[in-house]
Amino acid sequence: MSLEWFINIITNNWPMFLRGAWMTLVISTIGTIIGALIGLIIGVINTIPKGNGGAKKWTLRTINAILTVYVEFFRGTPMIVQAMVVYYGSDLLFGIDMNRTFAAILIVSINTGAYMAEIVRGGIISIEQGQFEAARAIGMNHWQTMVHVVLPQVLRNILPATGNQYVMNIKDTSVLNVIGVTELFFQTKSIAGNNFRYFESFFVACIIYLVMTIIVTQILRFFERKLTGDANYQMLDDAALIRGPEQTK
Amino acid sequence: METIIDIQHLSKSFGTHEVLKDINFSVKKGEVVCVIGSSGSGKSTLLRCINLLETPSGGEIIYNGKNILGNRQNLNTYRTHLGMVFQQFNLFNNCDVLNNCILGQVKVLKRSKDEAKDVAMKYLKVVGMDRYLNARPGQLSGGQKQRVAIARALSMQPDALLFDEPTSALDPEMVGEVLKVMKELAQSGLTMIVVTHEMEFAREVSDRIVFMDKGVIVEDGTPDEVFNNPKHERTKAFLQRALK
Repeated sequence: MSLEWFINIITNNWPMFLRGAWMTLVISTIGTIIGALIGLIIGVINTIPKGNGGAKKWTLRTINAILTVYVEFFRGTPMIVQAMVVYYGSDLLFGIDMNRTFAAILIVSINTGAYMAEIVRGGIISIEQGQFEAARAIGMNHWQTMVHVVLPQVLRNILPATGNQYVMNIKDTSVLNVIGVTELFFQTKSIAGNNFRYFESFFVACIIYLVMTIIVTQILRFFERKLTGDANYQMLDDAALIRGPEQTK
Repeated sequence: METIIDIQHLSKSFGTHEVLKDINFSVKKGEVVCVIGSSGSGKSTLLRCINLLETPSGGEIIYNGKNILGNRQNLNTYRTHLGMVFQQFNLFNNCDVLNNCILGQVKVLKRSKDEAKDVAMKYLKVVGMDRYLNARPGQLSGGQKQRVAIARALSMQPDALLFDEPTSALDPEMVGEVLKVMKELAQSGLTMIVVTHEMEFAREVSDRIVFMDKGVIVEDGTPDEVFNNPKHERTKAFLQRALK
């Protein structure tokens, strides 16, 4: 082992490392975004008031039961196994020859969705009842209450947990090499297979993973601060009051 | 004067616990009604039943001649006609002061943003909070929050305003500023139903006092009748304790 080897590996293989890192970023980013959307939708559906009975109640109960099965299944099985089942199963059962990248994004999305559903549900439950009541008292329906009052607060609250999920996805996409997705781990394995320098090659991959997760964490911190809002506010002076509020912002 | 809300034989149970029993009372346009009584007497539940934050177990709520409990389709429209001010303020935490007063107008009443802004400014001025447009709820004192909450309810221009112990969560020194605003509103002819422990305010401002105990309306009359010549023992006992 020497420094020379590191430099050699990087100079000889940087396009492959970059392609792998890019693929990892694409899969984990799209997967996290779609997963977060799935989680939000499930969270909203799960908190619709059940009402006093009738068709609405039973429809909601059925939907809730299906969603519970989905969440429990994908939280309770390893992603590496899900990848095999979905990729080979879709071919065997439905005759679909899935594009590997598409399969990867699909698996990460539904896996993240299962975790995010619970995170969002927790986020919605943690919003005080008074916020819902105030929204209902001015005539908002469940949908309006969610979109304009509750979810903006939930988003702020679940951002740290979502960031955690994102970082985990960046790392966990490495398991997708089992279905031949050309992400960073897969590429590194190919590079090491050629030069037989396993330690040096994977050490480079290690650094690339670390850089990606640190950058992503910092970006999320920035959004967190944005959503928290200004610590200060401006009092309007007499002149601003005469001008009216439109010109003050 | 025309009756806005007419409540007939209203009852409400939580499980086997009967909180409201056969409540009958009505509110006329422009009337200020204060509901008094000890904690647990059902005052807040009654108020929450009126705008259906709680679903009554029985009885009728007749609003402008229509039984609201019969047709639940228009529930959200009905709620826009009744403003509500909560004990815990419940300002929208994701909105600043101005947007708290605008949100309902734009999303529910479908007013334009400019119109909503003008209406909001008008009522924020009434409650003396028009300088704090950009402040978030977390940056305001309790009294300020409650005044913004009143402006938010007024911005919907409701037929009546319901107050659920609006000063009970406030420090003593902030109670005055909220009561002052409420007094001005009462004098301006707004229809108000106020659940309160502020006996001085109730006596001074209301047209009618309703005294509740153990889920029933024990006494319903003018402040003079209820405070100076209570007919029932229970009212006397309560007032003796409350007016010390």
